[in-house]
Amino acid sequence: MLLITCPFCGPRNESEFVYGGPVKPPRPDPATRDDAEWTEWLTHVPNPVGPVEEQWWHARGCGTWLTIWRDTRSHDIVGAPHDGG
Amino acid sequence: MAGKRLAKGGRIDHDRPLRFTFNGRAYSGLAGDTLASALLANGLRLTARSFKYHRPRGIVGAGVEEPSALVELTGADAAGNLQATTVPLTDGLEARSVNCWPSPAFDLGAVAQLAGRFIPAGFYYKTFKWPNWQLYAPAIRRAAGLAAAPRTPPAEGRYEARYGHCDLLIAGAGPAGLMAAQVAARAGLRVMIVDEGTEPGGALLSRRLQIAGAPALQWVEEAVAELAALPDVIHLQQATVWACREHNYLMATERAPERPGLMERSWRIRAGHVITATGAMERAIPFGNNDRPGVMLASAVQSYVNRYAVLPGRRAVIFANNNSAYAVAADLLAAGGQVVAIIDSRADVPEAARALVPQLTVRAGHVVISAHGARALRGVRIAPLAGGPEETLACDLLAVSGGWNPAVHLWSQSRSTLRYDEALAAFLPDRPAQAFSAAGAAAGAFALEDALRSGAEVAARIANVAVPEIPDAQDLPYAIAPHWRVEAARGKAFLDLQNDVTVDDVHLALREGYSDVELVKRYTTAGMGIDQGKTGNVNVIGTVALARGLEPGAVGTTTFRAPWTPVSFGAIAGMRDGQLALPWRHTPVTQWNLDRGAVMYEAGARWRRPGYFPRPGETMQEAVDRECRAVRFGVGVYDGSPLGKFELKGRCVGRFLDFLYSNIMSSLTPGNGRYGLMLSDDGLIMDDGVCFRLDAGRWMISTSTGHAEAIHSHMEEQLQMRCPGWNVLITPVTSQWTNATICGPQARAVMEALGTDIDLSPEAFPFMSLRDGHVAGLPARVVRVSFTGELSFEVNVAPRHMRELWDRVMEAGADFGILPVGSEASHVLRVEKGFLSLGHEVDGTVDAHDLGMGWVMSRKKDDYLGKRAVAIRRAGSHGGAGRRELVGVLPEPDCPIPEGAPLTPGGRREATEGFVTACVWSVVQERWVGLALLENGHARQGETAYVRLKGGAVIPVRVSAPCHYDPDGQRLRS
Repeated sequence: MLLITCPFCGPRNESEFVYGGPVKPPRPDPATRDDAEWTEWLTHVPNPVGPVEEQWWHARGCGTWLTIWRDTRSHDIVGAPHDGG
Repeated sequence: MAGKRLAKGGRIDHDRPLRFTFNGRAYSGLAGDTLASALLANGLRLTARSFKYHRPRGIVGAGVEEPSALVELTGADAAGNLQATTVPLTDGLEARSVNCWPSPAFDLGAVAQLAGRFIPAGFYYKTFKWPNWQLYAPAIRRAAGLAAAPRTPPAEGRYEARYGHCDLLIAGAGPAGLMAAQVAARAGLRVMIVDEGTEPGGALLSRRLQIAGAPALQWVEEAVAELAALPDVIHLQQATVWACREHNYLMATERAPERPGLMERSWRIRAGHVITATGAMERAIPFGNNDRPGVMLASAVQSYVNRYAVLPGRRAVIFANNNSAYAVAADLLAAGGQVVAIIDSRADVPEAARALVPQLTVRAGHVVISAHGARALRGVRIAPLAGGPEETLACDLLAVSGGWNPAVHLWSQSRSTLRYDEALAAFLPDRPAQAFSAAGAAAGAFALEDALRSGAEVAARIANVAVPEIPDAQDLPYAIAPHWRVEAARGKAFLDLQNDVTVDDVHLALREGYSDVELVKRYTTAGMGIDQGKTGNVNVIGTVALARGLEPGAVGTTTFRAPWTPVSFGAIAGMRDGQLALPWRHTPVTQWNLDRGAVMYEAGARWRRPGYFPRPGETMQEAVDRECRAVRFGVGVYDGSPLGKFELKGRCVGRFLDFLYSNIMSSLTPGNGRYGLMLSDDGLIMDDGVCFRLDAGRWMISTSTGHAEAIHSHMEEQLQMRCPGWNVLITPVTSQWTNATICGPQARAVMEALGTDIDLSPEAFPFMSLRDGHVAGLPARVVRVSFTGELSFEVNVAPRHMRELWDRVMEAGADFGILPVGSEASHVLRVEKGFLSLGHEVDGTVDAHDLGMGWVMSRKKDDYLGKRAVAIRRAGSHGGAGRRELVGVLPEPDCPIPEGAPLTPGGRREATEGFVTACVWSVVQERWVGLALLENGHARQGETAYVRLKGGAVIPVRVSAPCHYDPDGQRLRS
């Protein structure tokens, strides 16, 4: 049971949230990508051993979609890496 | 008759006898007893038969470490596989042994013992692998026994759950835990102290020690009283912290909460810091036949003598490799017991230990090779460790101490690390992974004064205060020379009594290549079961270490997982049962439906909706046909309230909806709507529904009933994560708008009879438009949508007006023969029309083109969710060739087809080319009609395809367009 800090509600139990998966790079403009690049963006989901940025929905709270950095080895919620990952 | 009750002493009430039965015979114990201590006091030895070999087993321990004395309770307390040592004795308790029939003394299953040497580790997996293990597993598991789950529910009562929040959680109210609690609570911390015993004190309850010149239990009493007086302290007894989860979230079960009717209480505790003051457990020493009833842990003997006033045997031998057993010998003597000798595997016994029992014979450098006796211990064979002449000592009790293992389970569950300490021959807490500390014996501080100091120091560090003065407490220093197993052992030397795992089994596992300790565990099952190897695991590690020539630290431990001790399912579930776990959602018409005898269904998302309204003597099919005919030829009404509804408001809603839907919504004018599909970005159909524009900046959309929550999440995710700064506000209004949908050729007449200020003419109020006004005098929003293919008016009102509206509709419709329509009829009507239903025609493979709905995929928009993915997929699959496409199917001959039945080429038994998604009796066609997904189906209309049923029967079907009725939509536009 993770303890997740919601920017509006403060630290709350994981059971109030819905997991939204790892954060992917921003959705590109499809006009600027060929099929292979688009498929890569669409299907490549970050899955590192270590810190990963992921999004959670505070469904049983204020409704905010928020992001945290979670270390997949320890479940520790950590600061964003300085170099962006 | 080996054991007997002492005349006085102990933590029991000698004046309060309790009656109980064991294996059908009546016995008497005393208040304060456990079932185990009462059995010993009655001279009982043989309490169970073992799991695999059905060997006679007795009581070994005195608490949660007990590996062998498993019992089943019957009657009001019915429960299986309990340790006799943890069952508090109550008046009228009924218990029986597990694993033996008809009795532990005469066990038919014991014939398995004769074949015992043919059942080595892995035997079952090797022998019963063809054709597969699953075939044999049930019978083998039944033979292996253990108690069955109670057939009837246990005593009346309920379970509840509670949340706890504290700065400091202390697991264990022994000397270290109480000391830590005192220091932290005095410093003002919010403290929870949770202990699994029936009373606080931990190991002190079983020992005769002094603190500050007074009996140690007096200090315990004072400490507990002080804590009770502090406002921010919660002290729980008979409560076990059994799991540690992420971020210091701990699970605890209170097994005897003081509230009538409450059986157990489950705590979920978020703790700022955790101290594991969980003490230590003694381990055994493997030697031949070390499982004979009468071989006990030395600490358990001490506990029975001092705490329960029971002498477990008349003539005791003590077998030890460390100092702690000398205090046990002293306590046995003080209680009037006889000790034949102390067999110590150490060549040099510290003088301080000998000084405790100067009158006893100590056989230093000796070991017990084997135990004698069949169903009870009669003697032990001893020999010098270095080899030499053997001799036999007659005894009926052997108290064994192989050293102490700190209870590091909770610590390790938090992923905190362990290290192996050579001097203590034990695994100790090393680096914490969360805000965790260990104190007392759990941290290797075995002597009393060290334990007290350790508790005080850890708590002082957490509370950031000075360490207080530690009271004087005399205790023998711990000294050990590890002795992992007796080399010269004769007979089976058990490491794990509960799973019947011997030293030979571990050696076999190693020979067969299962060299890692985790593999040894899985191959031999050592350390599994109810006790989770509390007495044996470290000996397994020691055995592996000796065999592989490694240090125990290099072998390492297996992973410690929750729960620490068994937890009842009731405690985990708490009150989350039935309606409290998954409550139904109702509309204001639910009661009306029930009153009319509707058969109720779940319509998705726990909404309860009527399936159909049978009349007396009517079959389901007859009732559904009647409802369908009403809609097709007269008028019907259904309660459409559960449909998901959202209002979207803001300047950017049009743009936002164009991104979400595959077609264009921004071009809608106020009062008008459109059907649309929402795709995920990987091109799958997420949902379908209608979208209406209310005014310049307000929109209302509907989703399918079961997907409302998922679509809400999806829309908020897109808005918040991908469209930051867009001026859109999404409000779920599913429960704010309830509706009665009046449908059928007579719908307009019913609306007129109800009375409305809305112009109902098709010119003023065409299909797919929306009007606000009044219906039957109630404020209403009327929408012309149709999920049945007939003229329909969806009359939306506030929930408080819904029941009145419904009654008025039934009144006004009576002249027209209006009927309420359930979801069965709705299903028939939509299949007749070829309207798709998510979960029937739409799965994770189907796109809009397959459904013949290519028109809904906008070509004008450069981008929307899923557009690119669908384009890539269709380009990749040869322009859509070979895809399964939606078609209608007409069975020839006319007969029903089960939903999901496969279509195969020519009806042959080969790869399927599709399946039937729905098949209903059409009241307009007066025959069975269906829908199917069929490979290249659009090009095959007019051809014959074949349904192949289970068993090989083949039904030919004519392939048609999906719409079986009114293909031009004249009726719904009328």
